[in-house]
Amino acid sequence: MATHQPLPNQPAPVTQRGVIRWLRANLFSSWINGLVTLVVGYYLLTMLIPLIDWAFIGAVFTGDGVDACRPGKACWIFVEERFGFFMYGFYPEALRWRPTLAFALFALAVVPPFLPLPGRLRRSVAIFGLTGLPVGGYILIAGGVFGLESVDTSQWGGLMLTLILAYVGIIAALPIGVALALGRRSEMPVIRGICVIFIEFWRAVPLITILFMASVMLPLFLPEGVTFDKLMRALIGITLFQAAYMAEVVRGGLQAIPKGQYEAAEALGLGYWRRMRLIILPQALKIVVPGIANTVISLFKDTTLVLIIGLFDLLGAVKSTLSDPAWNNVMAEGYLFVAFCFWVFCFGMSRYSHRIEKQLDTDHRQ
Amino acid sequence: MENNGTSFEAEALTTPVESAASDESIIQVNDLNKWFGDFHVLNSINLDVQKGERIVICGPSGSGKSTLIRCLNHLEAHQRGQIVIDGVELNEDVKNIEAIRREVGMVFQQFNLFPHLSVLENCLLAPVWVRKTPRREAIEMAMHYLERVRIPEQADKYPGQLSGGQQQRVAIARALCMQPKIMLFDEPTSALDPEMIKEVLDVMVELASSGMTMLCVTHEMGFAKTVADRVIFMDGGQIVEAAPPRDFFTRPEQPRTRDFLEQILQH
Ligand SMILES: Nc1ncnc2c1ncn2[C@@H]1O[C@H](COP(=O)(O)OP(=O)(O)O)[C@@H](O)[C@H]1O
Ligand SMILES: [Mg+2]
Repeated sequence: MATHQPLPNQPAPVTQRGVIRWLRANLFSSWINGLVTLVVGYYLLTMLIPLIDWAFIGAVFTGDGVDACRPGKACWIFVEERFGFFMYGFYPEALRWRPTLAFALFALAVVPPFLPLPGRLRRSVAIFGLTGLPVGGYILIAGGVFGLESVDTSQWGGLMLTLILAYVGIIAALPIGVALALGRRSEMPVIRGICVIFIEFWRAVPLITILFMASVMLPLFLPEGVTFDKLMRALIGITLFQAAYMAEVVRGGLQAIPKGQYEAAEALGLGYWRRMRLIILPQALKIVVPGIANTVISLFKDTTLVLIIGLFDLLGAVKSTLSDPAWNNVMAEGYLFVAFCFWVFCFGMSRYSHRIEKQLDTDHRQ
Repeated sequence: MENNGTSFEAEALTTPVESAASDESIIQVNDLNKWFGDFHVLNSINLDVQKGERIVICGPSGSGKSTLIRCLNHLEAHQRGQIVIDGVELNEDVKNIEAIRREVGMVFQQFNLFPHLSVLENCLLAPVWVRKTPRREAIEMAMHYLERVRIPEQADKYPGQLSGGQQQRVAIARALCMQPKIMLFDEPTSALDPEMIKEVLDVMVELASSGMTMLCVTHEMGFAKTVADRVIFMDGGQIVEAAPPRDFFTRPEQPRTRDFLEQILQH
């Protein structure tokens, strides 16, 4: 019998590429698919061309006032002139550099996962983003100390307010949510019971109801003379609501960690909090990054509900200008602008979460 | 005992390792009983282990082997009886449990390495967080043990990048980094491909010859013959027979043991 001779490795076959091939495979793989492609393509074009004409080609971007606009085409001058109000609400114009600076800092704290920085630096920036930034940002925007002129929260508005609501809602809800999730899996019945009741209560009530309760009912229970900032009340409501959702997302991650991980950590002599912090949570949170991103994006959009308790977030600010008789019918432009802003941020968050997922991916399976 | 890799490996599974057992008892298990619901999984277990003694536990699946050794570091709580390890009684007192876990290392069938930490970081956890060893010192020690299990070059990789045999050796190094007095092994080679079993057994034999007190649940009878001071056969939650390997394999007293040996040694 001949001795076995190992064959040399061969290169993998080249996958066939090319535009024509792609078209044939994806759009025209059979005559019926081809027909559907053509019909759908036709209708898309007949709808898209007028839209593009309205929004871009025929639209007016610069000019002076309503007279510069063309009937039947988008009038972006409206958005341009009211841009400051849409961004900052009634925040005094001279002081708007303060929120701008706060958000610039925020952007800096958000960027590091995209940079090839050493782990330790990246971690300290993340910790700053979770602790120093909210405090510093609040001082900058609210003022009242360090010689900064105080700006009442009733003057906060526009995109700035939307971002504040979402940011605080997320930053504050995440630790509360993690604590609730751990509590719900606790072996101590009292703690577990409290967490279950809390989560199920807040999850079962629509956010709009919570906001109403926070703005209308809460003051009834507070002692005479104690007033509680309206924005603060909304923030607390949003945070607790969001925390309940976050808790369930995190709990899903905790449950996905194999029992062996808990046991190995125990066998090493690590106490409960170290087991959670060093072994379980890093893995669980990594698993639920998409879920967290999901609730965060959904919260970001839900912040528009503060409109009903009289806070002027981006949508509220834009909406309040639409009835201005000086501008005839800029409804579409206004709402489109709001939609565009929301899309930019939500899409950004989505990409950001993907990026973080990749960053955390050390589970290289062979 | 110092050893140098190659010559030792060749002989490892044929020459019995000299016993290091002293007559100082380190584990005492008295009348240990445990139930899962109504199921009596451990029934009146009595076991005394000497310092440096190597014990192999075997028996059919479901006989309570894992449960027994998991009781020893309180991964499972027992309901009756007494477990004393290195002078500390194991009860619901968290302080005692943590004290005992510091002295007892455990290696699992499924490795249970932490996938989000590199091999080195896996090994650093216990020394740094439990023993409070300065990081620099802990790294030195971790590298020492990784060398001892013969994979120092994998220190910066993640568990998912290693083969099963390598992962299990890291798991052994991770447990050793605690500098435990006792090592528990729960079927450490059962999840491995045949080609990798030997590399793990070699490490375990080396560990045995260094005087570590070991309790191994395993069906590697070659290993039992080589290193065990005592082989324990369990069935139905009870210890049926406990004897030095020579007696255990050549003239078992209990018919139940004989049946079992016939079954596993047949092929
Ligand atoms: N957490 C548990 N709950 C209920 N029954 C269990 C549990 N763990 C093990 N058992 C049962 O206890 C018996 C002994 O299990 P185990 O100690 O794992 O056996 P072995 O390791 O000898 O195969 C088995 O019948 C098993 O089904
Ligand atoms: Mg078992």
